[in-house]
Amino acid sequence: MFSWLILLPFLGVIILNLPFRALMRRAAFWLCVFIASVQVCAVVFPAVCLWMGKLDILGYILKINFTLDNLSRVMLLCIGMVTFTAVFVERQMRRDEDKFFNFLNLLLLLVAGLNGIVMVRDIFSLYVFLEIAAVSSFILIGSNKDFAAFEGAFKYIVLSVVATVLMLSAIALFLIVAGDTGFSSISAALKSSPDRFFVILAIGMFLCACFIKSGLMPFHGWVPDSYSSAPASVSILLAGIVTKAVGVYTLIRVVSAVFGFTPAIKSLLLAVGALSVVAGALAALGQRDFKRMLAYSSISQVGYIILGLGSGTALGVAGAVFHLFNHSVFKSLLFLNSAAVELETGTRDMESLSGLNKRMPLTGITSVLASLSCAGIPPLAGFWSKLIIIIALWMCGQYFYACLAVAASVLTLAYFLSMQRKIFFGKLGEGLENVKEAGFGLAFPAVLLALVTVGAGLFLPLIIHVFIFPQGAIVGG
Amino acid sequence: MQLDWFIIFSLVTASLWTVMTRSLLRSGIGLALTSVILAIFMFRLNSPLAAVFELSVCAGLISVLFISTISLTHPLSAQEKIQHMWVRLARFWFLPLLVIVLVVGLLLMRSRPQIHMPLAQDLKDARVVLWNFRQIDLLGQAIVLLAGVFGVVVLFKERQKK
Repeated sequence: MFSWLILLPFLGVIILNLPFRALMRRAAFWLCVFIASVQVCAVVFPAVCLWMGKLDILGYILKINFTLDNLSRVMLLCIGMVTFTAVFVERQMRRDEDKFFNFLNLLLLLVAGLNGIVMVRDIFSLYVFLEIAAVSSFILIGSNKDFAAFEGAFKYIVLSVVATVLMLSAIALFLIVAGDTGFSSISAALKSSPDRFFVILAIGMFLCACFIKSGLMPFHGWVPDSYSSAPASVSILLAGIVTKAVGVYTLIRVVSAVFGFTPAIKSLLLAVGALSVVAGALAALGQRDFKRMLAYSSISQVGYIILGLGSGTALGVAGAVFHLFNHSVFKSLLFLNSAAVELETGTRDMESLSGLNKRMPLTGITSVLASLSCAGIPPLAGFWSKLIIIIALWMCGQYFYACLAVAASVLTLAYFLSMQRKIFFGKLGEGLENVKEAGFGLAFPAVLLALVTVGAGLFLPLIIHVFIFPQGAIVGG
Repeated sequence: MQLDWFIIFSLVTASLWTVMTRSLLRSGIGLALTSVILAIFMFRLNSPLAAVFELSVCAGLISVLFISTISLTHPLSAQEKIQHMWVRLARFWFLPLLVIVLVVGLLLMRSRPQIHMPLAQDLKDARVVLWNFRQIDLLGQAIVLLAGVFGVVVLFKERQKK
């Protein structure tokens, strides 16, 4: 009954490109806003989901049945919110109507792919939807068609192909071992298979592929270039949902539902997570480019999610999923702010910006809120998710990693305060006197995302038992 | 078995030539050759349907498209070719080492115990599997193709205008 979540964006693309194209071009923006809004409503209000389930034509024809659990719902919510934001940002930033129309088509295909990823329970189908998201992302990154955009897209393609080869090889081995590609079949076969060498090889290859797709250190080579060279709306999509669904979600899903939390997997996750948290934060400290700094910050924050997952406990996984949601929101907001700054000043070089808070107060305030949430300052949402992860690490005896997470949080605060001081605080820089707020298209989603960040923190007692703790249920299958 | 190893060696050699050659046209031909060898390997692995697809789509259609596009470009000058060669040599110095590691790895793999294949009790025709059991993957393929079409439109349409 949930296949409409794939069908709706897919049909959207078909409708946009059928006859009456000129008319549909004018309606394209609102169609995308509608699809993103329906997706958010379907997650927040289950009645909408049940009502839309009546339109489950795809499931009826193709005999496809998807299942949604709490983790899938969180991902669908993130996809809906970030898509909504990206559509508004692109509308504001892109003057060329043809390019805007093509962007919306690719965005809908990307959403179909991402929705598929979070709903399938078959490792080969998961791979197919990963490819949809990857192909759409390559094109979106390179859509500016300048040298930097092609370089970013090319790096993403090369590393993504490596990940694809690893993933397909692992799937082939799983198929040989289990005779099927369903999560439950593989999980059962992995426990009883006598071919330990092939099982370990397959798990290792699949985990490496997920690390590449998540942009974790030391597989992060594509992240700074792709994030910084892509158009603003695409950076929001990449940081907000693409790496989250394609890499992090896949990792959480396969580890919890297929591989299980074995001591070796937990150790690997903790090591990779800790490396990303610290190295990402240190690299972010030395950046001059606003978007590159945010890209390295993303690597560091994804590291926190992996640390939570690596604890292997229900609390840790709940914290990881909550941080995934928070990161999706506040990093989208920060990339949105960088887009506003770049649009108005024409530069992303933090050294040549100063005192913008006087001219762009809304951008300044939302940027402070997102930065503080990312750094883990109470009572914002980022604080609670980091706290849950650190408590989970401490409770499972990983004291070193818990202390490391706290220390890296100080580093996060340092580079975000440095960013705020350079861009928004102090005396207004020369030549910035005529700068103003970037307009409704950027201000509206910025306010919405800031409200979500503040609301998720302030109203934590209301959501903790219905939204956060149930995520831990995926531990143990 | 010896023939399989020979095919694998040819496959790796053809793919290396495809990515290492300086001429785009030769690279396109190398890709077609790689696909042909892969198709032969698929035939030997009792997957005739996959082999036919590989041969017709990858070795045939895609190669024709690549070679047609490449024929519209202009070749490098002699000086550019030499410069390009040195850049590539400096960039890929580690490849021979990688090949040695892979060969050693393969030799070690051969000494591993045989993998336990599950019994093929209800082996189904590939067409039945594709249309009756993997519909969601077919839908996914359709969306990937659509994304590819938009990729061509987004990345190449404006160049035609110029």
